[in-house]
Amino acid sequence: MKQFVYTIQEAVGIHARPAGLLVKEVKKYQSTVTITKGDASVNALKLMALMGMGVKCGDTVTVTVEGADEDTAAPALEAFFHEHL
Amino acid sequence: MITIQGKGVSSGVGIGPLYFYHRAKTTITRYQVEDVDAEWQRFKDAQTTAIEQLGDLAEKARAEAGDEAAMLFETHQMMAEDLDYEEAIEGLIKENKSNAEAAVTDVAVQFAQMFESMDDTYMQARAADVKDVSRRILSILNGTVEGGIASEVPVLLAADDLAPSETVQLDKSKILGFITAGGSGSSHTAILARTMGIPAIVGVGDALKPEYEGRQVIIDGATGNVVIDPDDMTRDRLLKKREEQLRLQRLLESLKGQPNITKDGKSIRIYCNIGSPDDVHAVQVNDGGGIGLFRSEFLYLNSKDYPTEDEQFEAYKQVLSDMEDKEVIIRTCDIGADKQIGYFNLPKEDNPAMGMRALRISLTRPDFFRTQLRALYRASAFGKLGIMFPMVTSVWEVREAKKLCEEVKRELKAEGIPYSEDVQIGIMIETPAAAIMSDRLAKEVDFFSCGTNDLTQYTLACDRQNNDLGRFYDPHHPAVLRLLQMVTENAHKNGIWVGICGELGADLTLTETFLAIGIDELSVSPRAVLPLRNAVRMTDTRESSARILEALNNEYSAT
Repeated sequence: MKQFVYTIQEAVGIHARPAGLLVKEVKKYQSTVTITKGDASVNALKLMALMGMGVKCGDTVTVTVEGADEDTAAPALEAFFHEHL
Repeated sequence: MITIQGKGVSSGVGIGPLYFYHRAKTTITRYQVEDVDAEWQRFKDAQTTAIEQLGDLAEKARAEAGDEAAMLFETHQMMAEDLDYEEAIEGLIKENKSNAEAAVTDVAVQFAQMFESMDDTYMQARAADVKDVSRRILSILNGTVEGGIASEVPVLLAADDLAPSETVQLDKSKILGFITAGGSGSSHTAILARTMGIPAIVGVGDALKPEYEGRQVIIDGATGNVVIDPDDMTRDRLLKKREEQLRLQRLLESLKGQPNITKDGKSIRIYCNIGSPDDVHAVQVNDGGGIGLFRSEFLYLNSKDYPTEDEQFEAYKQVLSDMEDKEVIIRTCDIGADKQIGYFNLPKEDNPAMGMRALRISLTRPDFFRTQLRALYRASAFGKLGIMFPMVTSVWEVREAKKLCEEVKRELKAEGIPYSEDVQIGIMIETPAAAIMSDRLAKEVDFFSCGTNDLTQYTLACDRQNNDLGRFYDPHHPAVLRLLQMVTENAHKNGIWVGICGELGADLTLTETFLAIGIDELSVSPRAVLPLRNAVRMTDTRESSARILEALNNEYSAT
């Protein structure tokens, strides 16, 4: 299991467009990716649940990557967060 | 005559019969299904068709209104195949034996409510997206056709609110304008209307009554006025306004490809200011002659750490190659003052506008500066590059920066990396010191570009961010104009060109003044290019220049 913590920089938070991009990105890997904010956790493949979390700019989320390709998926996702969120 | 006030979100005047958008009624029947697997398959088929249709719509939107509009339908696609959405529907079909129509309807309500209950207006508005996607799947299940415009003549289209998929599917040649009961300036209808140049008014509430259908209506997208059965005076006034707008639009359109030349044959270059490689499209659409200011800050602002040489190189290269043989002037990092970045770790200053910013940071941190210069020179092999340094006050600063440029070129040569020998080096004139020293500075560089926003702030000792200073912050102040005149004279005496890249460049009340002074280039936002070209072409400097120069030298200073 790999984990990283990220503070959202994107001004509008995880709104439709970045959420959509994130789902697309996560689909590239076999690993299960979970986004946690406070007590709430969602599977990052679930677009509407992800949007429903209402993650805003400045919120800190924990991203958990678990699966066969977690070693490649985690750094790639971290880079994705830096670029798009 | 009945007047209704809404919110104008896309300007223009539209006149025609009022037509209410008739949404295909999807009355759904609820029943228990026997073969739940077959029913689930029926849903899956409808879902697949919906995803295909949305893909086609995304392409249609891309062609009509660009990538941003297309992304909307791509998001809809993802919603249609969302795992939770699908699972909830599967549960209702397989466990409750609901028919697919009932399951989709109920799940749509549930998801729409989730968005509606969020505390963020953007997210609340996404409820409309879920409903739109679900309506599409329902229509496919029912075999109903989406509502269109059943009118032979073009109409003013009224609706509660239009879903993006509805807006994009409409036959645009039939639409003279949009009026919606709900919606906001950031609703999809508003955005699409603006990109397509169709007048639109939102938020008229329930003021628009069904009995108005078919009656003559005029809307003014600039003011948000909807007039039903207008009297002759109102109609004439608004028609005149529309004529005026259409005339201007046609005129500007006809100026594409035309030179920026005055009636007496004086020409001036009109370039564009851009903030990221994505803006190049707007430069091309508006027929900009080049890029007079490419702000490199986006690279630093969009990043969590210093952007690497390769990242910068790619961005610069893209703009230079996209602009082909046209000139592209890239300004080196202008961080500081109102643009602060965490990872620069700049100490907090009481007066950042006069502090560690722009070229001062670059010269204080030569390694950081060198990275940017290397990226710039590497990119120079792909187009016609100019490099511009911001916030210059002294000759030594320019010499030091140029020395670094020479070092970088030597390095690249030693490494066998190609670069252009014809890169122009210029400086921003945005401090009174640079303006006063412009006769000396002109001997060091290939061009000047006047940053009038800062030049005004520093010359008049007026903080740009302080709105209370209002009338004291006057960019038309003779002090500013005289500095521009002095800078231009010094530039020309030394055989270099001078431009303006501040907001003042697009100020049409000063176009004659800039032509009189002898400014060589104006760099403005892409949408200002054609209006400015028009202003230049209307000017006759034989008539205006002497008068303006006289005023500059005399009691103009009554201000």
